[in-house]
Amino acid sequence: MAKRIAIECSHAISLAAKLANVDVVAAYPITPQTHIVEKLSEYVADGELDAEYINVESEHSAMSACIGASAVGARVFTATAGQGLALMHEMLFIAAGNRLPIVMAVANRSLSPNLNIWGDQSDMMASKDCGWIQIYAENAQEVFDFTLQAFKIAEDERVMLPVAINFDGFYVTHVIEPIIALDQEEVKKFLPPRKIPSYALHPDHPTTWGPIGLPDVQTELKRQLEEALRNSKTVIKEVWKEFGDMFGRYYDFFEPYRLEDAEIAILMMGGHCGTARIAVDRLREKGEKVGLIKLRLFRPFPDEELIKLTKNLKVLAIVDKAFSPGGLGGPVFTEVKALFYNQKIKPEIVGFIAGLGGRDIRVDEFMVAVERAKKALMGEKIDKGFMFLQVRE
Amino acid sequence: MEKFKLNPKPTWKELPIASMIPQPATSRFYKTGDWRSFRPVVDKEKCTRCGLCWVYCPDGAIRIVEDGSYDVDLDYCKGCGICAEECPVKAISMVEEVEE
Ligand code: SF4
Ligand code: SF4
Repeated sequence: MAKRIAIECSHAISLAAKLANVDVVAAYPITPQTHIVEKLSEYVADGELDAEYINVESEHSAMSACIGASAVGARVFTATAGQGLALMHEMLFIAAGNRLPIVMAVANRSLSPNLNIWGDQSDMMASKDCGWIQIYAENAQEVFDFTLQAFKIAEDERVMLPVAINFDGFYVTHVIEPIIALDQEEVKKFLPPRKIPSYALHPDHPTTWGPIGLPDVQTELKRQLEEALRNSKTVIKEVWKEFGDMFGRYYDFFEPYRLEDAEIAILMMGGHCGTARIAVDRLREKGEKVGLIKLRLFRPFPDEELIKLTKNLKVLAIVDKAFSPGGLGGPVFTEVKALFYNQKIKPEIVGFIAGLGGRDIRVDEFMVAVERAKKALMGEKIDKGFMFLQVRE
Repeated sequence: MEKFKLNPKPTWKELPIASMIPQPATSRFYKTGDWRSFRPVVDKEKCTRCGLCWVYCPDGAIRIVEDGSYDVDLDYCKGCGICAEECPVKAISMVEEVEE
């Protein structure tokens, strides 16, 4: 029976991986992710989880070991953060390109320099084109549920892609929260053991993976990957629906908040959506028609769905916890701007960079962002359409 | 072994998942000599059958013919010209490949 428990968010993901009965965990510790794999190694050492726990010498090796294990048909889990994800960068593309359903937790952390162990989304965003399904979670319950769902999505024959579950370093990872935890029987019903594909690596029927790809075939290979990502949207929807029907918690690509009659909406991903909700409430008290759109899925990007959801909005204030130096703004901001370019009716889209290197985004700062976004609608444009919300000038 | 059948110019839909090769040792079916711009031609009259071309060819593309003479396996010859350079009696000439 499902049970309400208090659990550290990192441990909620370890528990989910244990309930998913993973076969292999290969990981290297890095703050703020360490608690996740620490707990998993404990489960294995205590005999609570029958899995191969591989201690490796780096994150590059961690992902390499995951790739090998997944290729033979194992259910594989790993976790990393910040510099660790950066060190994995090369292997991330191999995992996706070879269509291996690995599930990884990313405890989002800022990239050096300076040496900063705190949260922002610049780690995953630096690898956003790696071909993985990328989901962003806000709290322990989402992290727990998303991890279980991720295996089912990844291993679906129509998908066969790795999935990254992102959640904010410290602000979410290290927080103890109440969750409804499922038990082994419930998880078994939802998530049966992985079906090993006929082409999985095996000495009796050798196959070659990642052979040389001449210019003659690379385009076709990449087009195939694009199709897999695009189609995965259907499977994600199906799996989230099935999960909802079984356990009562339904998920969607977005979680709108007070959006019904809203003219302005904040759009963002991750843990700070909680603070943004309070800002929305305060602005609502003042009579402002403000709402929030929490984005859960970054890859594949829910394009048509976002257009539909925002059709009555006048302003979208997009808050990014990462950016591209010298580029056109934060990753979600540029994505959404590109999406609306060809639309006849579109909201004013304003970008804010905030929460870098673990700097908290306070309620009043969200309110300032909404105020500034409103001014942009009145014609007081921001240079290049985006600005740093919290920088000392 | 039966040759793994794949359209040599597969569309992205025909390509096996992740462009994986679902059968071992398929390189035996893969002719590597299609990027040659010059082709070695052996003059059997001049050839002394010393076998040096066979020794030097980096691709193992020189074949010993039944009568003991030497010839080129054009399925694998990449046209580097090393054989022609090394032949002590200059029995090999490099002839430009022309598209038919
Ligand atoms: S041209 Fe080069 S590859 Fe061709 S037979 Fe001579 S040495 Fe071998
Ligand atoms: S090196 Fe020249 S002479 Fe010697 S076998 Fe080859 S073709 Fe004949």
